[in-house]
Amino acid sequence: MAILRVNGEERQYDGDPDMPLLWYLRDELGLTGTKFGCGEALCGACTIHVDGTAMRSCQTTIADAEGTSITTIEGLAANGDHPLQVAWRELNVPQCGYCQSGQIMQAASLLKDTPQPTDEDIDSAMSGNICRCGTYPRIRAAIKQAAAATEGTKL
Amino acid sequence: MTHHFNPSSPITNISRRGLLAGVGAGAFVLAVGIPGNMSARAQDAKYGAEGMPNGIRDDPKVFVAIADDGTVTVTCSRQEMGQGVRTSIALIVADELDADWARVKVAQAQGDEARYGNQDTDGSRSIRHFFMPMRHCGAAARAMLEEAAAKQWNVPVGEVEAADHEIVHKPSGRRIGYGEVAKAAAELPVPQGDAVKLKDASAFRYIGKGETGLIDGFDMTTGRANYGIDTRLPDMVYAVVARPPVYGGKVASYDDAEALKVPGVLKVVTIEPTPIPSEFQPLGGVAVIARNSWAAIQGRSKLNITWDDGPNKAYSSDTYRATLEEAARKPGKVVRNAGDVDGAMAKAEKRQEAEYYIPHLTQASMEPPAATVRIIDGKCEAWACVQAPQATRERLASRLGIPVEDVTVNVTLLGGGFGRKSKPDFVVEAGLLSKAMDGAPVKVTWTREDDVRHSYYHTVSVERIEATLDASGKPAAWLHRSVAPTIGSIFGPDPKHELPFELSMGLVNLPFDIPNVRIENPEAAAMTRIGWYRSVSNIPHAFAIQSFVAELAHAAGRDHKDYLLELIGPDRKIDPTMIDDSWNYGEDPKLYPLDTGRLKQVINLAAEKIGWGRDLAKGRGLGLAAHYSFVTYVAVAAEVEVDDQGTLTIPRMDVAVDCGPQVNPERVRAQMEGAAIMGIGNTLFGEITFKDGRVEQSNFDGYEVARIDAAPKEIHIHLVPAPDFTQPLGGVGEPGVPPVAPALTNAIFAATGKRIRQLPVKQQLGV
Repeated sequence: MAILRVNGEERQYDGDPDMPLLWYLRDELGLTGTKFGCGEALCGACTIHVDGTAMRSCQTTIADAEGTSITTIEGLAANGDHPLQVAWRELNVPQCGYCQSGQIMQAASLLKDTPQPTDEDIDSAMSGNICRCGTYPRIRAAIKQAAAATEGTKL
Repeated sequence: MTHHFNPSSPITNISRRGLLAGVGAGAFVLAVGIPGNMSARAQDAKYGAEGMPNGIRDDPKVFVAIADDGTVTVTCSRQEMGQGVRTSIALIVADELDADWARVKVAQAQGDEARYGNQDTDGSRSIRHFFMPMRHCGAAARAMLEEAAAKQWNVPVGEVEAADHEIVHKPSGRRIGYGEVAKAAAELPVPQGDAVKLKDASAFRYIGKGETGLIDGFDMTTGRANYGIDTRLPDMVYAVVARPPVYGGKVASYDDAEALKVPGVLKVVTIEPTPIPSEFQPLGGVAVIARNSWAAIQGRSKLNITWDDGPNKAYSSDTYRATLEEAARKPGKVVRNAGDVDGAMAKAEKRQEAEYYIPHLTQASMEPPAATVRIIDGKCEAWACVQAPQATRERLASRLGIPVEDVTVNVTLLGGGFGRKSKPDFVVEAGLLSKAMDGAPVKVTWTREDDVRHSYYHTVSVERIEATLDASGKPAAWLHRSVAPTIGSIFGPDPKHELPFELSMGLVNLPFDIPNVRIENPEAAAMTRIGWYRSVSNIPHAFAIQSFVAELAHAAGRDHKDYLLELIGPDRKIDPTMIDDSWNYGEDPKLYPLDTGRLKQVINLAAEKIGWGRDLAKGRGLGLAAHYSFVTYVAVAAEVEVDDQGTLTIPRMDVAVDCGPQVNPERVRAQMEGAAIMGIGNTLFGEITFKDGRVEQSNFDGYEVARIDAAPKEIHIHLVPAPDFTQPLGGVGEPGVPPVAPALTNAIFAATGKRIRQLPVKQQLGV
C-alpha cells in the first residue's frame, strides 16, 4: 500500500507500484489535466510537481512518489489564478491547449527557482516541453509577464 | 495559348473525409450521408461551402439557444483543434445577435451533417465557408427576438431594436432582456431572405476586432479542458493495439499467454485487418483490454506476435528516393503545357537545373489518436477527437453493421489535428473492441510510438526543375517534374499520379510570367498510407519552386526579391482554369482568381519589414519566399545565423499575410506564428523514413519537432487589411506553412553559401 499526497489530499494505492504516476493520476484519480504525450519524458505534457519541483509523471512511478507531495495542474492554484495562468489567458497563449498544463507546470517550477528568468533561462527550462501548435513565442512572453507581475513576490 | 491537359476539368470535389468523385468510378463515392437533393445538385458545378458534402446550414434554431437568464449558447459545428474556431464562430453569431460576449457560451455539435451542414474541419475552410451563414444565423435570431418583443408590447416591429443583449422600444425607451423574450422568439418562424438584415461592418463589435479572449482559455489553462483521450465513463476499460508494422500486413500467429498474466489485463482481442487500400478503416492487429492504460500497455509488451508483412515489406526510403529521382529524370504525364518548352530549351545558351527532396512527415499532434466507444441496445456512441465527425459516424456504422442513425459521435476538443484526425481509423478500433466487450465502454489510446509508426504520412517527393536563362537572366522556359505518391492511393487502386487537388497546391498554378511552361507528374506508387498533413502538397511544391527562383536569381547575379517580383510579372488576376488548375481549393475561379498583385504585395511587405538588403554580421543571412495556397497569399522573410559549429538560430522572422477580411485577427496571428514554428520543424528536423516496410522513428527522440529554442527570437506577423468585409475570405490554418522552408534555406544560402536541396536541414550545416 503506497501513501501519497495529491493536491493536498492523502491517497492510498495498492496496485502496481511500478505504474507511472501519469496513469494513476489520469485513470485512477480522474485528474486528466495531466496529459499523455510520449511516455518517455521527451515532451513534457505530463509535467507535475513532486515536492514543488517539476517532474515528468510518465517516468515517476507510484513507488518513487511514495511519501511525497504531488501537485497537478488542477491543484496549482485554487481558482486557476496562478500568475502564469492569468498571463497565459491574457496573452491567449493556447491553441489546441493540450500541452499547456505541462507548459504551465514547468514554467511555475522555473519561476519558483528563478523569479526573473532571462530569455536563455526560459528557453533552457522550457525546451523539454513540446508544443506542436507552436505557441512558443507567446509562452516566452507569458512567462515574462507573470515574472513582471510577481516581481518581489515569492511564488 | 494554353492547353488543358487535366482530363477532369470540372471540379473534382475533394473533401478530406473522402473523394466524392474522381479517379475510378464508383469506388470513391460516399455510400451514405448525402441527401437526395444534394446528390442531384452535385451534377452542377458548386463552389465553396455549397460544393461541400451537405453544404451549409444557417438556421438559428439549430445553432442558437438563449436561456431564461439570457445566456446565449452557440453550437459550433466545426471542430476545435487549436485554430480558435469555437471562439471565432461564436463571435460571428454574437456580433450579429448583438449579444454581450460575457454571456456567450459554446456547445459542440455532434456529428450530424443533415442538421449542421458540412463538418469536415480541414482545408482551412471553417471561417471562409461559415462566416456568412453564421452572420445570417445571428441576424435571423436577432430579428426573431425583436419580433417577439414587439408582439409582447403590441408595437410595430419597426419601433424596436436589439442592442447589447436587450431589446429597446425606441419611442418609449422600454427595455427587455433577451432571456425574457427568448421562449416566445423561439416559437416564431425563422425569417428568410431580405427579412434578415445583416449589420453594416461599421457596427461590428467583435468581428474584425480580435479583442475577444479564447472561449476555452480558462479550461485550457486549468486542466479542465476535455480532449478525446480524457473521456471517462462508468465501467470503462482501456485498450491498446499492436498493429502490423508494415502497411498491408497482418497477424500470422500470436501467443497471448504472458499478456493475460499481467494484473489488470482483461482480454486479448484480434482486429481484422483492412486490405489495401484501407481508407479510414483500422489496420488490424491484436488488442489488449485492461482495467487501466498502464496494464494494457504492459500486457501488449508481453504479446508474442508473428506478422505476415505483405506486399510493402520492401519499402525502404533510400531505395525509394532513387526510384523517385529516376522518374523525375524522364518525361512523365503532362499536367500543364504552355508554349514550346523543348524549343526554347534547345535554343537556350544557359540552363539551370536542380532536384529537391522532401521526406515523409507525420502530424504528431500532442494528443495522440484516442477514442471511446460504447454500444447499448444496438446503438453506438463515440467520444472522439475527430476532424470529420460525419465520416466517423459513417465508418463506424459500416464496420459495425449498424444504421448511421444509430451511431452518435460526440466531438471532444482535439489536442492538435493537422490532418491526422480526419481519418477515424482509431475510432473504429474502439467500436470493434466495444463490440468484443459486449458493448462496454472501451477507450483506445494510441501511444506515441503507435502514432509515429502507424500514421497517414505526408507524401515524400522529388521535385526537379529546369529553366533557361536569357541574356537578361530571365527564364524563357520552365520545366518542373513533381514525383510523389498520392493521397488517392488510400481510397482505391493507386492512381500513381497526384490528383487535381494535389496538383493545384502550388504546382500547376505557377503564377510566373514565363512564356514556355511545362509541368509533368511522372508515376509514383504508394507503399504506405499517404494522408493530409497541414498544407499538404504545397509543402514540397513551394520548397522546390521558391528555392529554385533564388537559385536562378543567384545564377543571374540578381537580387532575389527583385527577381521574384519580375518573375511574377505585371499585376493580373489569373483565372485558375487558364493555368490548368481545375480545383482552386473548391472555390469559384471568378470569385477567387490568383491575384499576382496581392502576391507581390505580401513579398514587398515581408521584405520591407525585415529590412531586406541591410548589412548583416558574418554568419547571418536573409531569405525570402512566398506562396499562394488555400486562396491566401503569404510571404515569409527570415534572418538566420549559422555559427562556426554549424548551429543555426533564427533571430527574426517576418510573415506577411493577405487572407482577405480577418474575422478574428488575433487568431490569424496565432495561426501564422504556429505555422512558422511548424514550418521550422519541418525544415530543420522533420523526417520519417522506412526500412523493410517499417517506420524507423518511434517517438520525439527519433522524430524531432521544433522546441522552444528553435523558435525565432522575434516573430512579426503583418496582416494586409482587406478593403471591406464583402471581399471573399481566404484560408488561415494552413497557408502559413509552405513558404517557411524555402525562406529559411534561402537565408541559409545567404549566410553560408550552402544550398540546401533536401529536407530536413539537420546535420547538413555541420562542420
